[in-house]
Amino acid sequence: MATTIEAEGLVKTYPKGVAALDGLSFSVPAGTVFALLGPNGAGKSTAVKILTTLTLPDGGRASVAGIDVAVSPDRVRRQVGVVAQGSGVDVQATGRENLRLQGQLHGLRGRSLSQRVGDLLDRFGLTDAADRVARTYSGGMQRRLDIAMAMVHDPQVLFLDEPTTGLDPEARAEMWDGIAGLQKTVLLTTHYLEEADRLAGTVAIMDHGRIVASGSPDELKAQLRGDSIQVEVSGEVDGALEGLGLRDVMVEGGVLHARADDGGRAVPAVLQALEARGLAVASVRVARPSLDDVYLQHTGRTLTR
Amino acid sequence: MIRHTLYMTLRHLRELWRQPWFVAVTLVQPVIWLLLFGALFKKVVEIPGFPGGSYIAFLAPGVVVMTALFNSAWSGMALIEDLNRGVTARFLVSPVRREALIAGRLLKEMVVVVIQSLIIIGLAAIVGASFQSVGGVIALLVISALLGATFGALSNGFGLIMRQEDALIGAVQFVVLPLTFLSATFLQANLMPHWIRHVADFNPVNWAVVAGRSAVAADPDWGVVASRAGFLAALLVVGLVFATRAFRSYQTAV
Repeated sequence: MATTIEAEGLVKTYPKGVAALDGLSFSVPAGTVFALLGPNGAGKSTAVKILTTLTLPDGGRASVAGIDVAVSPDRVRRQVGVVAQGSGVDVQATGRENLRLQGQLHGLRGRSLSQRVGDLLDRFGLTDAADRVARTYSGGMQRRLDIAMAMVHDPQVLFLDEPTTGLDPEARAEMWDGIAGLQKTVLLTTHYLEEADRLAGTVAIMDHGRIVASGSPDELKAQLRGDSIQVEVSGEVDGALEGLGLRDVMVEGGVLHARADDGGRAVPAVLQALEARGLAVASVRVARPSLDDVYLQHTGRTLTR
Repeated sequence: MIRHTLYMTLRHLRELWRQPWFVAVTLVQPVIWLLLFGALFKKVVEIPGFPGGSYIAFLAPGVVVMTALFNSAWSGMALIEDLNRGVTARFLVSPVRREALIAGRLLKEMVVVVIQSLIIIGLAAIVGASFQSVGGVIALLVISALLGATFGALSNGFGLIMRQEDALIGAVQFVVLPLTFLSATFLQANLMPHWIRHVADFNPVNWAVVAGRSAVAADPDWGVVASRAGFLAALLVVGLVFATRAFRSYQTAV
């Protein structure tokens, strides 16, 4: 598959010696959703700013849609749509005016412009509010307008920098549905594990300006020592579960804890073994490891929500 | 680039259209100057060396220029607001020409200057100032628009470099009043202390006042008008280049 975004050893140090990026490398295949996951200050936004030509790296190179961002920034700008952290909506203008201006800057005119703007307003549920100034919009509406503005020229690549930060849960869920339906190459930054888990095909965990782990959410979770299995059981379990490939078996307060590489597969064997002993099982719970566990493992810290 | 400038100008004019009271509010101060100083210094014209006529007639072109200066010098504030709201970043990641982002603001400032100038000229005419020819009034409008655009450009450039409203407020206040008083706005040049007259020769505000006053006088010195307008136009180009380059300073800092 063609690679749409390529970052190689990006370094960026801000005045006062704050290192924002420290050798960041990754690549995003065309048509996939890639998430940079990390806490505030990990360098996610700086990476987006470099890839979208807003600022230059101090070292390393990057290309988007095969175009070097430092060499031909103007060509990159035609290929990317950007939703920055915060908002880029002109709140003194209406939704329609915001969209039209973006379209015009990208060379759309006349009928095709009006049509494109109308389609986007429709698609993002803003038709009724189209001719109100954006100051009157809710946070969720402004965010949807932001994404619509980034899409007006049908870009190859979409950058979403913390698109749901500051939204209430309902607006966030709406936004997720919207992003999932984009069908574009998307680079998403987030500090919400759930968001990365839900939207991204590949997640890269960032810490101190570099990537410490990456893979599909499931791959990353599989790097942990399996699923945890909890069985509520009465009676003596000792020795009943030997040879089933379980680890860390432990009984505590009538609950059996164990870990298995694949919890779903292990459970039937566990139940069978317990039944063979004549032990009554009250409940079974298999918990998949979360990205939070992965994050903890790689950075030694949990993401504070 | 012309097309992009047009789009950006329309954006700013639309903003203005939605809050037309803004023009009225910014007119309160110059109107007070015109009427208050006009009355306060009424007798100034009796000082030997003054060419005669009414002080209001002398003062009016100066107030027109002053208004252009005072309003345009704040142009960078709106840019800082756009920076803070992420609107500018959004434009910078689009293929828009950087010059257009500045030129659009300046054209809007020029429109505002022309509207305000016309209102002040009308008001001054009512209270007794005389404007000798339509051509002279047009020249005065052009000159104050040029001055407004020049200071608008400088204000935008410094806004991009400072990126903080407080810093820009300080800078504007530091510059605007001294430039006004180091010019012939309130007093005939030959009555000013020697050193101020020399400073005024290099003061763009004075260029505009001298040229504007001459343009609406009974016997305009068109050579003075044209040369001062030329100086202002040259300075405007410098300001435009400076402000456009200032985007780079912003981009290395984000």
